[in-house]
Amino acid sequence: MLTTDDVAKVADLAMLDVSAEELATFTPQLAAILEHAADVEALDLADVAPTHHPYPLVNVFRDDVLDDAMSDVRDEALAAAPDAEAHQFKVPPALGEEM
Amino acid sequence: MSDSSIPTTAIAIAAAVSEGSVSATDVLEAHLAVIDHGESEIHAFNEVMVDQARATAADVDARIAAGETVGPLAGVPIALKDNMCTRGVATTCSSKILEGWKPPYDATAVERVTAAGAVAIGKTNLDEFAMGSSTENSAFGPTKNPLDTTLVPGGSSGGSSAAVAAGFAPLALGSDTGGSIRQPAALCGVVGFKPTYGAVSRYGLIAFASSLDQIGPFTTTVADAATLFDVIAGHDPRDSTSIPETLEATVPHLDDGVAGLRVGVVSELMGTGDLAEGFEPEVLAQTRAAVDALEAAGASVQEVSVPSTIYGLSAYYLIAPAEASSNLARYDGVRYGHREAGAANTAGMMKASRTAGFGPEVKRRIMLGTYALSAGYYDAFYGKAQKVRTLIIDDFARAYEHVDVLISPTSPCVAFPFGSKDDPLSMYLNDVATIPSNLAGHPAISVPFGAGRDGLPVGVQVMGPLLSEARLMAVGAVLEAANPGKATA
Repeated sequence: MLTTDDVAKVADLAMLDVSAEELATFTPQLAAILEHAADVEALDLADVAPTHHPYPLVNVFRDDVLDDAMSDVRDEALAAAPDAEAHQFKVPPALGEEM
Repeated sequence: MSDSSIPTTAIAIAAAVSEGSVSATDVLEAHLAVIDHGESEIHAFNEVMVDQARATAADVDARIAAGETVGPLAGVPIALKDNMCTRGVATTCSSKILEGWKPPYDATAVERVTAAGAVAIGKTNLDEFAMGSSTENSAFGPTKNPLDTTLVPGGSSGGSSAAVAAGFAPLALGSDTGGSIRQPAALCGVVGFKPTYGAVSRYGLIAFASSLDQIGPFTTTVADAATLFDVIAGHDPRDSTSIPETLEATVPHLDDGVAGLRVGVVSELMGTGDLAEGFEPEVLAQTRAAVDALEAAGASVQEVSVPSTIYGLSAYYLIAPAEASSNLARYDGVRYGHREAGAANTAGMMKASRTAGFGPEVKRRIMLGTYALSAGYYDAFYGKAQKVRTLIIDDFARAYEHVDVLISPTSPCVAFPFGSKDDPLSMYLNDVATIPSNLAGHPAISVPFGAGRDGLPVGVQVMGPLLSEARLMAVGAVLEAANPGKATA
């Protein structure tokens, strides 16, 4: 059975802050969905191969040549960034103090 | 359309614009007038692209005046689900985390409709990141069903289906991961089509569950759906999952009819057995009437069992969130979208931005997917779900040894009131009939057929094997001609 501790750990892995109140809501909801999904336990799947992809394509390659189509959009892409400097994305210190 | 000089279907508009009997600008202005009148109540759009659309329409008119052949969608307004990238036009996925983001490129499907002469008229509302069946999960407020504004339009592409149903645009594009084109089409009384996985490029479609997502049309007629599909379909080297083979055009097959066609009715999706709950009797009755209409048109009909479809919902709600948890990891406030201010370090900034930017359903699915993929649970959940996917594909293959198409209701119920499915699991059950086609990668179309509870439209779903789109259009055209609810829908 899924506990609030499980959900808190998953939220942390998913880079989400979840309040105690939200944990109390999310935990039974997620537990109900997992419980519904447990109906597949009734199936014998030992010899069944998994399907990762619905259309049988493998090893899709292209020629190793530069595609210029996006070369003129660097400024547009950087303009959409929350912060940029010297044609690069800018973030707070990676090794700064803990919040 | 209030202006009676403007045709209502895309095919008729394109013909009129191409021969010069009406201008693309007049067509656009007539639709902008309808939007102006109804949009404040419906909220189909996150943004109406008034200036861009006027410029595009003027360009179409100039090319026609110069004697050019513009294309099969000449001057036809088209609404675009707001999870498709439009260069320089905000693309939000109805999420605060992407609010105001302007992509530096167009999605391939957007490029193709524009090249065919269509006029992009606006970006339509959706459940945040296409996660939902009602548009109630939009960060910018729900879309209302044009047939009755106390009811949901369905989802996640509810803005696109409402835009077509309200006459805001004769065409719209949506995306379908577990039913997000077909279910809202059914609830709004329009045609919705999910193509074979890989038939339409996903380049520029913001990813939800990459092995399931597929772009497709919303229209008022099956012929318009075929026309729009033929424009957007075909190989795109920018999408590595795009089907490289040349695809068959569907428009030439619209009048093929169903004489001699073998039609199967999926017993598991007809309100019996484990999935009986939730299927409204009127929806089942209309689906049976649709099957009778196909039989009267020369098809042979049999009941067919696709036993593992009953596990489709479980497999889907492990696979889709798992893929979503991975796809949505990119929203971290670094390169685009919302960044929460005040964090002391990068990790804190990412966490704060994601927490502020995502709504509750998106968080629920990210957590579900993270759990299903985490160490110790991968085999029990995600691995098992992928095996169920194989069972469903095998069951469909067995069914298609005996029949050419399969029929079911699109949605177990007609349009429902806002707030009536506030428990996530009860909302998910809406997708029970549409999910199997996504898991198998197969095409499926929803066509309006008759009325259910309270006179609301019912959608009948026609499913087929990989790349059977031409056959589905032919069956859809027969159902459309026999639709007893034509006058009201």
